[in-house]
Amino acid sequence: MKLISVMLGGFLGALTRYGIGEWIQTNKGFPLGTLLINLLGCFFLGWFLTFITNRKNIKPELTLLIGTGFIGSFTTFSTFSVETILLFQNGETAYGVLYILISIILGILMAYFGLKFAVVNEGKGESH
Amino acid sequence: MIWLIGIGGSLGAAGRYLLGNFINKKKTGHFPLGTWIINITGSLLLGILYKLHMTNEISDWVWLFLGIGFCGAYTTFSTFGYETITLLQTNKKFLAGIYVLTSVIVSILTAAMGFMI
Repeated sequence: MKLISVMLGGFLGALTRYGIGEWIQTNKGFPLGTLLINLLGCFFLGWFLTFITNRKNIKPELTLLIGTGFIGSFTTFSTFSVETILLFQNGETAYGVLYILISIILGILMAYFGLKFAVVNEGKGESH
Repeated sequence: MIWLIGIGGSLGAAGRYLLGNFINKKKTGHFPLGTWIINITGSLLLGILYKLHMTNEISDWVWLFLGIGFCGAYTTFSTFGYETITLLQTNKKFLAGIYVLTSVIVSILTAAMGFMI
């Protein structure tokens, strides 16, 4: 059941990534699609994993479906690497460096914001 | 076409889950070795596939299935971000720095190696 949950999440995550990537088409220039996907996924995973650890009676399958499966497959590191190489290859060095820096710094920040967002909401829930 | 990406994605996620669990059982210490190895090997594979796709040595369906589906889902950026935050929050700043720098540098270099194969 655990592997099935991961696979189902992976199926949907890959399709959502493809859908958004097609929607934000950038054949030339800055890879905005992958950047937005990765930043969104970092925030969502930070929120979800924090939210879920504060809950009791959550089946591990749900964490695997949404966290490992869906969000894990929605975001991608390999496309980030290949797109960076393509920018450097096309002589767009400034874009390449910018892409690396924005992805890494904002990605880590977004994961942190997601985590904090879950903590703040948790606090609000308890005070009621 | 949609099915190829979806099935590739489900296999990529399964690969990441199984290999990640396997590595995390074997390893010691706090360095997120599982995701690190997964992101680097996936970047190498996608580099190779991209090159083969551009030179028309593989068909479009192989690219959609293995490139966009499998490699895209096998590697992950969100877990990388979350693991970095976890390291920072447990005050393992040096390890977090090493994790970020080596993940990025080695992944990009292996993707470039994939282009050359």
